[in-house]
Amino acid sequence: MHEFAITQSILNIVLDEAKAAQASKITKINLVIGELSGVVSDSVQFYFDFLKKDNAAEGATIDFKQVPAEFRCRDCSTSFNPKDSLWICPDCQSSSIEVISGRNCYIESIEVE
Amino acid sequence: MKIEVLKDITSANDAIADRNRGTLDKHNVLTLNVMSSPGAGKTSLILNTIDRLRNELNLAVIEGDVASKIDADKIDSQGIPVIQINTGASCSLEAQMITPALNRLPLENIDLLFIENVGNLICPAEFALGEHKKVVIASTPEGDDKPTKYPLMFTEADTVVINKLDLLPYLEFDFAGFRKAVEGLNPKVKIFEVSCKTGAGIDAWCSWISAEAKRGRV
Repeated sequence: MHEFAITQSILNIVLDEAKAAQASKITKINLVIGELSGVVSDSVQFYFDFLKKDNAAEGATIDFKQVPAEFRCRDCSTSFNPKDSLWICPDCQSSSIEVISGRNCYIESIEVE
Repeated sequence: MKIEVLKDITSANDAIADRNRGTLDKHNVLTLNVMSSPGAGKTSLILNTIDRLRNELNLAVIEGDVASKIDADKIDSQGIPVIQINTGASCSLEAQMITPALNRLPLENIDLLFIENVGNLICPAEFALGEHKKVVIASTPEGDDKPTKYPLMFTEADTVVINKLDLLPYLEFDFAGFRKAVEGLNPKVKIFEVSCKTGAGIDAWCSWISAEAKRGRV
C-alpha cells in the first residue's frame, strides 16, 4: 500500500539528480531492491507509469535488480539466503538469526540525455 | 550519460525523522513509537500508562489511524494533549506526518510522547518517525507465532509487550516459544507481560518508561 509514496520518493530523487546534471531527459532508472525492503516491483512500475507523465522521466524505464536477503546464524555462524521466506538456519535449524543485508532499496544510478 | 545516485528510497523519510528527533531531543521528550496489529491493545496500554505515570511525567499522544478519532477522544477524555492523524489510504505513519503534529504540541512541557501507529505488523516497521524507542505489542489471542510470521517488525523492536494475559484461561500461548523466537531475531529486546484489563505487569512496564525518561534524551 505504501508503494505510491515510495514511487513518488523515487521520482523526486531522480528528477533532482537530472536537474543537477542539467539533463532534460531521464532514459533509465537502475533500482536495487533488497528482498526484505518490502518494496513490490510490480506496484512501483504501476505507479511510476502513472506519475512519470509530463516530466523529465516520461520516457524512462526502470531496471529492477532484486537482491536476496543475507542472514547469519547466531548459533553456528552459517551465512545463508533464506528459502521460502523462512528465518531459520539451514544447517542447525536455529531461529536465532541476524540480518546481514537485504533491508535496503536504493537508486543505484540513472541514465540521462 | 550515466549518473551514480546511490540514494536509499527511504532517505527522504529518514532525513525528516532525524529532524523530528532533533526537535524532540531539544525539549527532552522521550518518544515511543507503539506498533501492533489492530486490536492488540495499543490505546489500552497508553491509557494504563497515563493512569500510572500522570503524576510523575507530563504525557502527550499522537494517534495514527486510517480513519476516525475514536482513540484521540479516549486520550482527550483523560485531559492529556493529543493529536489525531488520519492516514487515509496509507498503511503507516510517515515522518512527514509527525512534523506538523509536533508543532502543535507544547513540547517544552512534555516528558513522554507516545506515537500510536496504524494497526499493522508490516509497513510501520519500514518508516522511522523520529522516535527513541520502538515498542511492539503482541496480544495472546493473536497466537504465539507472530514473530515467525512478521519477523521484520520484531527485529526492529526495542521492547515487546505481550498483552491480554487475562485471556490465558481461554487460549494456548507458548510463552517460552514466543520469547525464543523474539530473542532469536533480536537478542537485545526487552519483553514485558501485561494485562491492560487487570493491570497485571503494568508496574514493571511503567518502571521501565520512568527510568528511560529520567535518563534524559540529550
